[in-house]
This record gives sequence, structure tokens and C-alpha cells, in this order.
Amino acid sequence: MSRAPIASDLDLCLCHTCGLACDVRDDPHECERCGAPLHRRKTNSMARTWAYLLASLVFYIPANLLPVMNTTMLGSGADSTIMGGVLEFWQHGAWDIALIIFIASVAVPGIKFGALTLLLITVQRNSVWARRERSRLYRFVELIGYWSMLDVIVVALVAALVKFQALGDIEPRLGILFFGLVVVFTMLSAMSFDPRLIWDNDTLRGNPPNEEVMDEVASH
Amino acid sequence: MATTDPLIICEHCDCVYEKVMLGKHQKTLCTRCGGVLQRYNGLTVEQRLALAYTAAVLWAFANFYPVMSISLQGLKNSATLWDSVLALSHGPITFIAMVAAIAMIIAPLFQVLLLIWVLSYALAGQRSPGFRFCMRWLETLRPWSMLEVCLLGAMVAVFKLAGMLDVLPGIGLFALAVLSLMMIRIAGRDIRELWDIL
Repeated sequence: MSRAPIASDLDLCLCHTCGLACDVRDDPHECERCGAPLHRRKTNSMARTWAYLLASLVFYIPANLLPVMNTTMLGSGADSTIMGGVLEFWQHGAWDIALIIFIASVAVPGIKFGALTLLLITVQRNSVWARRERSRLYRFVELIGYWSMLDVIVVALVAALVKFQALGDIEPRLGILFFGLVVVFTMLSAMSFDPRLIWDNDTLRGNPPNEEVMDEVASH
Repeated sequence: MATTDPLIICEHCDCVYEKVMLGKHQKTLCTRCGGVLQRYNGLTVEQRLALAYTAAVLWAFANFYPVMSISLQGLKNSATLWDSVLALSHGPITFIAMVAAIAMIIAPLFQVLLLIWVLSYALAGQRSPGFRFCMRWLETLRPWSMLEVCLLGAMVAVFKLAGMLDVLPGIGLFALAVLSLMMIRIAGRDIRELWDIL
């Protein structure tokens, strides 16, 4: 089966907002159907993705070190971090809840950092390694993107409910702000990455154009 | 440009294909990168509009009724989604309250309102005023609407508190559960189809 043609070869460009295949022979700046800005590739994709990713990595440190909430029961207060909450559930035998929180708050951001770094480095090196799998990896990162918001919502609900002054009181702490920022910035990072860059070097490597040039040089 | 209309471009690798008609449960995949190109859309405009109205009612239930209530030694307390946003808004962490408000309340509300607006006109076979604007915002809002996460968060909170006090899930939680499933169905990517049929 012959391979499908590439959009740029046909002078076409995908509108990310409405999905129209736009004709870009006249270099239009907007999609003719929905009016959204039109780019052949996401603007400054690599730089933006790196920037958001590094920012979220920086925020990830206080997010894990600072307490996310403070529980006061009958006068005695205690701060708890994200890992602290997971361990607490684990020790009480609620391994399923511990696992959900661990996946959402520790594993998902970790996978996102690893996957985006891998994608960025391989694209920068013009790698042709496992492109199909890398495409799939990117879609996976997009899919799991927002599940890390789980902890923010849990803390918000619990803090809103437990308001019994002296008897018991739960308050959110600074850590949750950083944690939320990690989620927002990794989402922005994944959105700025352009998965088409993975395939862009297709015409550069191991293809006839290079050989033709070589042949011409040889014949002269 | 009528000539490019039957074409579809893979957003993951820029391959160009021709659109095909799909049967039930069918989808088309890109041969190069394996990304989904088209997915069968089983909803007519009427059905989608009906579900959008249902979602609007459910949104009201999810927001005006408490998600859950707790009791501790005779003291009772309950919290709505808005209460939990307010709980985050004190002190230096206010910014995260805004993110939570957008993710749990504002984005889903605007999605439902825009859908009702656009679909009501689509029912009569015409583009609504500000159609381009509405459709673009529906695309922009989608990644920031986190109702499914919110539902799982509420359930984790139930278990977290059940250890130390009595927890009673409220009407809000059930409304949230149905609403989050419904939003996946009605506010997904396939609303782009409206561009083609109107």
C-alpha cells in the first residue's frame, strides 16, 4: 500500500480548531472557515514546551516538600504532604485509595516529565527511532494530562467540609498551590508540543533526494 | 474552498486522507502514526441538544446541592462545589482556587451553554450568531473542563473522611457522576461535525 501524501506536499495545512484542511498557497494567516490562526507547525513549539516543562519541574519540588494540608483534631495539629497522605492510607489498609492517589499525584506527573523530555530530546536529535510509538506516547501524555488535579480537588472538598473549629479543622496549605501549578504547566507543556515534529525529518533521511545529489556530484 | 472539504489531515503526523462514511463503532486510524482520524458519531443534533439540556439541569443540581455532608459528634456540615473553591481561596493560594473554579464549575457551565446555543440553531439548520466564536471556545474549554477528575476526587474525599467521621454523599455527588459521563459524550471532538453539516 502506498503511503498517504503529506499535507505540506499538497500545500495544505490543518486547522487545529475546526479540523479543516486549509489551502495555504496564498499564505493565509487565518482559517477561512473558523477564523482561528493558522500555522503549519505550532509556533516555537520546542522552546515553549521546554519552558513549561522546566517551570513545572521547579514547582514539583515545593509541591512535594511543602505540606498540602493541615489537620487539627481536638487541639493537636499536623501538616501532611502528598506522599504522607498516600502512606497514611496504605498503613490503614486502604491500599486501593492509596494507589489511586499515588497514581494521580506522583506517577502521572512523573510519567509526564519523563515522556515529554524523551519526546523533546528525540525530536531535537532528528531521531527516526520508534516514531509510531513516540506518537502513541504523546497521545497518552495528552490523555492522562489532567488527572493530577485529583489531589487539589480532594483537599478542597475535605477542607470545605471539616470546619468544626476546636473539634476538628482542615486547612489547605501552600503545597497545594505548587501542586496545582505543576498540573497546569505540564498541561500547557503537552499542548505546546507539536507531535508532527516527530515525523518531519521523514524526507531528510534515507530518501532519494540525497542520493540524487550524490549521483549528480559523481557524474560531474 | 470546496475542493479541500473531503480531505482530512492527521493531526499527529500531517498525512492527508479522504474522508469516509463510518458505520457503528467504526473509526479510522492513520496508517503512518496510528492516530485516530475519524470516529463514528452516533448522535443526531436533536439527541445532542436534548442531552445538553439535561446536562444544564444536572449542572444546577451538582452545584446547588451539597456534594456530601459529614457529621461529628452531633455537629453537621455539608459542602457544595463552590464551598470547596472558597476553601482554597484563603491566603496565598488564591490562584489555585481560580484554577479549581474553572475546572469544576465555570468551564463545564460554559460548555453546556455554548452547546445549547449552537445546537438550538443547528436544529433549524442554520448557524447561530457568533457560530465561529462559540465553536472556537468549545475547543478551547475542553481540556480545562475536569468533571471526571472532580468526580473521582469527591469519591476519594468520601473515603478519606469515612475513616474519622460519618460521611453521607449528597445529591450533588450523584448529579456530578451523571454529568461528567454526559459531558464526555456531548462535548467531545465530534461537535466539529457541525462545521460540515451547517
